[in-house]
Amino acid sequence: MTVGLEGYLAISAILFCLGLFGVITRKNAIMVLMGLELILNSANINFVAFAKFGGMNIDGHIAAIFVIILAAAEAAVALAIVLNIFQNYKHVNIDEVDSLKE
Amino acid sequence: MEILDAVFYLFALMIVGSASVVVFSKNIMYSAFALLFTLFGVAGLYVLLNADFLAVTQIMIYIGGILILIIFGVMMTNKIRGVDIKTGVSGKVQVYSAGAAVLVLGITMISIFNNTEWLIKDAPALDATIKPIGRLLLTDYLIAFEAASVLLLAAIIGAAMIARRKKA
Repeated sequence: MTVGLEGYLAISAILFCLGLFGVITRKNAIMVLMGLELILNSANINFVAFAKFGGMNIDGHIAAIFVIILAAAEAAVALAIVLNIFQNYKHVNIDEVDSLKE
Repeated sequence: MEILDAVFYLFALMIVGSASVVVFSKNIMYSAFALLFTLFGVAGLYVLLNADFLAVTQIMIYIGGILILIIFGVMMTNKIRGVDIKTGVSGKVQVYSAGAAVLVLGITMISIFNNTEWLIKDAPALDATIKPIGRLLLTDYLIAFEAASVLLLAAIIGAAMIARRKKA
């Protein structure tokens, strides 16, 4: 296989930049969450790529597993907060949300 | 060995294309479904990197859990019947400056990655990674593993408490 470490790092860099762009520019809170998932996935690709090419072996896989665990917990809590915001404001535009109680 | 390269480029194209749809699509439902293909592509890269357990975990947790949760969130916070499913972006100046900044960041990262002398040390080929992963989780990473389980319990309770309707 001729595609080496740089190929995977390039893919993860592109994915990170797309996710960052989504997080910065979108107003909808759920779109921001989706951008966050892209960023976490790009970090995971790096962990696994270094696990194969950098001699980290299984330790890289375990770091990636913990990232997935944290992403699951974060998504659950964040969506609960988004539902609460929607009950209070009838929209989820994060630039107009400026208090947690009415 | 050429076929593995072709598979890599296929998954790379799938990831970049669908991630672009996630970020640039106006319809938030299209974004959520494009995220499905992005996550599948990442799972494919894991398979190419000999991470079989991680690929299955990715499909089960991300696609089976997080993506479903996000789609639920989209459906509960947008009016599907009305016109309000579109997702707004910030003003034009902010979008262009953010795009330029992100583009510069990406080009810098890729050029750094390409110009670094990486110490390549190929991992020994394993039949399956699940056995060493399980052994490491219960020896070297035991405290982190237990902390993660407590974190997940706290996240469940916290999410249920926050999302509960106050006045029934």
